[in-house]
Formats: sequence, structure tokens, C-alpha cells
Amino acid sequence: MTEVRREPAAATAAGEHQPAGMQPGTPEREFTVEARSQLRMVVRRFLQHRLAVASLIVLVLVIVASLIGGRIWHYGFEQVGPDLSRPPSWKHPFGTDGIGHDTLAQVLRGAQKSVQIALLVAFVSTGFGTVVGALAGYYGGKIDTALMRLTDLVLSIPAIAFLAVLAARVRHGSGNWLFIALALSALAWTYIARTVRATFLSLREKEFVEAARALGAKDRRIIFRHLLPNAVGPIIVAATIAVAVTILYETSLSYLGLGIHPPDTSLGLLISQNESAATTRPWLFYFPGLFIVIIALTVNFVGDGLRDAFDPTQTRVRA
Amino acid sequence: MLGFVIRRLLMSIPVVIAVSFLVFLMVAGSGDPLADLRARPNVPAAVIQARREQLHLDKPIVTRYAIWAKGFVKGDFGNTLGGQNVRTLLWQRLQVTLRMVVLATLIAVIIAIAAGVISAVRQYTVTDYSITFLGFLFLSMPVFWLAALLKEYGAIRINNLLGTQLVFTVGEATPNLTGNWFHRMGDYIGHLALPTAALVMISVAGWSRYQRASMLDVMSSDYIRLARAKGLTPRRVMIRHALRNALIPITTVVALDFGAVLGGAVITEKVFSWQGMGSMLIDAVNNIDVNELLAWLMVTTIIVILFNLVADILYAYLDPRIRYD
Repeated sequence: MTEVRREPAAATAAGEHQPAGMQPGTPEREFTVEARSQLRMVVRRFLQHRLAVASLIVLVLVIVASLIGGRIWHYGFEQVGPDLSRPPSWKHPFGTDGIGHDTLAQVLRGAQKSVQIALLVAFVSTGFGTVVGALAGYYGGKIDTALMRLTDLVLSIPAIAFLAVLAARVRHGSGNWLFIALALSALAWTYIARTVRATFLSLREKEFVEAARALGAKDRRIIFRHLLPNAVGPIIVAATIAVAVTILYETSLSYLGLGIHPPDTSLGLLISQNESAATTRPWLFYFPGLFIVIIALTVNFVGDGLRDAFDPTQTRVRA
Repeated sequence: MLGFVIRRLLMSIPVVIAVSFLVFLMVAGSGDPLADLRARPNVPAAVIQARREQLHLDKPIVTRYAIWAKGFVKGDFGNTLGGQNVRTLLWQRLQVTLRMVVLATLIAVIIAIAAGVISAVRQYTVTDYSITFLGFLFLSMPVFWLAALLKEYGAIRINNLLGTQLVFTVGEATPNLTGNWFHRMGDYIGHLALPTAALVMISVAGWSRYQRASMLDVMSSDYIRLARAKGLTPRRVMIRHALRNALIPITTVVALDFGAVLGGAVITEKVFSWQGMGSMLIDAVNNIDVNELLAWLMVTTIIVILFNLVADILYAYLDPRIRYD
């Protein structure tokens, strides 16, 4: 058995790093109090953060609506109807634009693209960034130097120039949301790599790692069973921030005409197309913007709640 | 300290070379700058060939980069595809953008520090929650939407109220402006007001949260407790003892973020139709103009590197415990 036994008392000490590999809820004979697993404590602390919980509910609703709403809503985003430039009504809750598109259908389609891109970027960049950061932080030395030089190089490329040049390449490609997501991921991983590296650097000096090594654990086992589970907090928080940042980046790119192209649509593109209508037909301009704000704001609140839940030393919320 | 600065500057040379080479490859590979010319009817092949040679398009890409790099080292940025001198263009555009970005950064720093300190001193009060919520809100708002809202509610309403065109929504200055110095400045400020406000709001949102966190951190330290125990007035404790130390993190954050603000100005410039660095970048990308794009890239990258250096120097200056030599 290579796992280090967890001290039950340490489970209640906030912010203490513990080796993973214990089954949640392992009975502790000496104590009558049931030991809480790390995960259950995090969930408990998160649930006490009311704003974060409310945000999570709203966020899930918006994400579900954007991913499946377009299929249920009886107007397609490309469908042109006879009602031109109508204000919001029962028939068209978000109104219609100058050529008869239903704005709700378009906003749903735009939100779908934005959410798809943001989620994919979060997955890809977190995965890649974690691998790079873990290798650099655990092995140190030449591997660390090489990987961090690469990270610094990517960080010194002005993001907007990189994205603009890449986007121009696929100007005429259709269904290019995948490409935009990969381009954004190519930049977003650096932040996560740095976070994971910093966490690993401090964790690898801890006694439980030494103990695991003394017991004959291989590098791979130490990284996956002992270090990574303890770095989950910062990683999840960083991934959440990546979602919020990506939503804003993607909409900005589409606004500049470098992201999603017509006939497809995105929230940024809708705003850019309807900017001049802000005074005369406000519904065309406000609804896409509100969707961006709602998604980004709730993601930020959820991220903040998660940060507090994983690292309670910063707040007075107790579990 | 001088040794540190020189070492850092030398270390950034490979970074500049790598970034410029990488972007050069990407731009040069992103399409054919002569596509427009080719699409035009009745252009003799000899003309296209001459143009290719003039732009060195017939040479391998590494040679083209070497030609560009040689010019750059001598301070020659080459010409745009339209034949304009890039250095002249860059200088014009840089002035326009810096006018907006520098002013916005200065105002944002002051507001962010004030908001962060108030938020920290009044922790867990309505004031704190309101400031925090506003920060989150602006952090979640796309700058182009915020800017359009400002146009709608800021400029148009104010102008209607005053009955004159005081706040402008388009451009960086009235074209062919005449009049005395005072008149010109008024016009500049009228054009600057909205873009600056938009950039300030976004920057304040992030920075005030840093300031709040570092102020809270300092306020719970032993030397603040000691200062209080000595019987100093709360005001003196806050300003002389706490604030001075709490300013250290924000200086580096602002210096490091300056590059992002500069990049973000691309969007602000588009909303307000400014002819600055941002529109230069977009034009360069659309025309596949290598010289124009690399000029933008070099200026931005060098500014970012310099500000990173400034951040490190400031850090050592403000916190004497840090030594670089």
C-alpha cells in the first residue's frame, strides 16, 4: 500500500493539502465524527455562497437554452419572416430585424456558438496547460526551463495580432467555430500552465510526496495520485476564468469581423451588425449584449465561489 | 541594477526575433497580397511579375524575413502595399492611440486605488459589496457593448442637454481643425472623453480588485496592529502605514497589463472610428501587408517588454527586500 494515511484531524484544517487516493468516507475508527472528504467540504462551502449558487443555476439554464434552444424554438436563425423590424411581442419575444430574422433565434444561435467555443477552449487549454505545468513543476531543471521559455514566448505574442492573422486565413471557411476555439486555446493554456507549475512547485516539497517516494511510488503515480488531486482547486478556478475570458475574446473577435462569419452568427457579430440600431431598434442591440453579460458575469461569480470553496483562507465563509 | 536592466534587455532580443519571425511566417503564409491585382481584368503578366519582384514575393520566405529584419535594425520599416512609408504612418497612429491609452491608464489607476482602498476599509459593508459587484459587472462586459452604451447614454444625452456638440462619438479629432491652441485642446478632449471612459471602466474593474486584496492583506499584518497599538490615528495608520505597502502589487499589475490595454484599444478604436494603431492592425491583416503588420507588432511587443521591465524595477524600488544583483 503506497498511500499515505490521512490524518482525520487534518480534514477539518482549512487549506491543508492532503495526499489523495483515500476513498471518500473511509471510516476512521478512533473518531466518532464522520470524516468529510475534500470534495464534500468543497461542495458544502460552495453551497453556502448564495450568489455563486444562484449564478450557477442561471448559467446552467443559459447554457442549456443556448445549446438546445435553437432546435426547439420554432424560428430558425436563418429563416426570414414577413415581420420586419418589429419590437418584442408574443410572437417574437426579442423582436425582428430589418430583413425579418427572429432576434431570439439569432441570439440563441449566437449564444450557442459562443458557449461551444468557450467550453472547448476551457477543456483544451486546461488539459494542455495542466500537462505542461505539471511536467515543468514536477521535474524542474532543463524541462522546466524549456517549457517556461515556450510559455513566455507565447505570452509575448500580442494576442490580438495572433488571432487576427489566424482568423484572416480562414476568412472563407464555413463552420469555423472549431478553428476559432483552437486558436484561442493556443493562447489560453499559458495562464493555466503557470498556475499548475506554481502549485506543483510548492506541493512537491511536501512530506507526503517524500513519503510516497520513500514507499517506492513512481513519478507517474506521484503526479497523478498525489499531486494532481491537490492541484484540482486552482485548475478548476483557472478553467472557469478561461471560460469568462474566452466568451469576451470570441465576441470581440466576431465584433471586429475576425471571428464567426455570416451566414452563421455570434453574439459579437449581432452587436456589430446592429450597433447603429441602438437608438431606433434597441432590441436588436441590447439582447445579444445582455446575453454576453449574463454568461460572463455568472461564470465570474461561479469562479469566485469556487475559489472561496477551494481556498477558504481568503474569506470568512466557513464550512 | 544597471546590470540587471542590461541583462534583461539582452534576454528579450531572442524573444523579439522569435515573435517577429513567427508572425512573419503566419502573415506571409496567410494569403497572396496580390490577389486583388490578379483579379483585375487586363493586367499584363509582366506587371504582376514586376510587382512580385518589388515585394520580394519571388524569394523564399526566410530571405524575405531577413530583408525585413535588416531594414528594421536600421530603423527602416519599409513601405505599405499602397506605397506609404510605414514609419511615418506608425508614428501618426501611435500618437493617436497613446493619447487614449495613457490618459485612460492614469485615470483608471487613481480610481482603482481609491475604490480598492475604500472597499477594503469598509469590508463586508454595502459600499464594499456595491464596488465589488460593479467591478464584476464591468469585468463581464464586452468593451464594444459598453462603449456603444456610453455613446447612447453618455454622448447623445449630454449633447442634447447642453444643446451643443460637446462630446464626440466618432474620430480622434475634427478633420481640418483650425483655431487656437485652446480651441484645439477642447476638441481633443471632446473626442477623448468617451473612449477613455470605456477603457477606464474596464481597467478599474480588474485593478480595484487587486488593490482591495492587497489592502486587506496588509491590514491584517502585525505592523498595522502595532501602529494601531501605538495610538496613531486610524487615518494615519491607513495612509502612511497600510496604503504605502498595499500599493506595491498594483504597480506591477498595471505595468504588466499595459500591453493588454494597448491590444484592447483595437476594439475601442473601432467603436469610435479612430484612426489609430488598431485600425492599422486590421488594415494590415485584411491587405496581408507584412510591413505594416510587423511595424505594429514590433512597437507593441517592445512596449510590453519595456513595461515588464519597468514592473520589475518598480517592484525592487518599492520593496527594498527585493534585490536583483
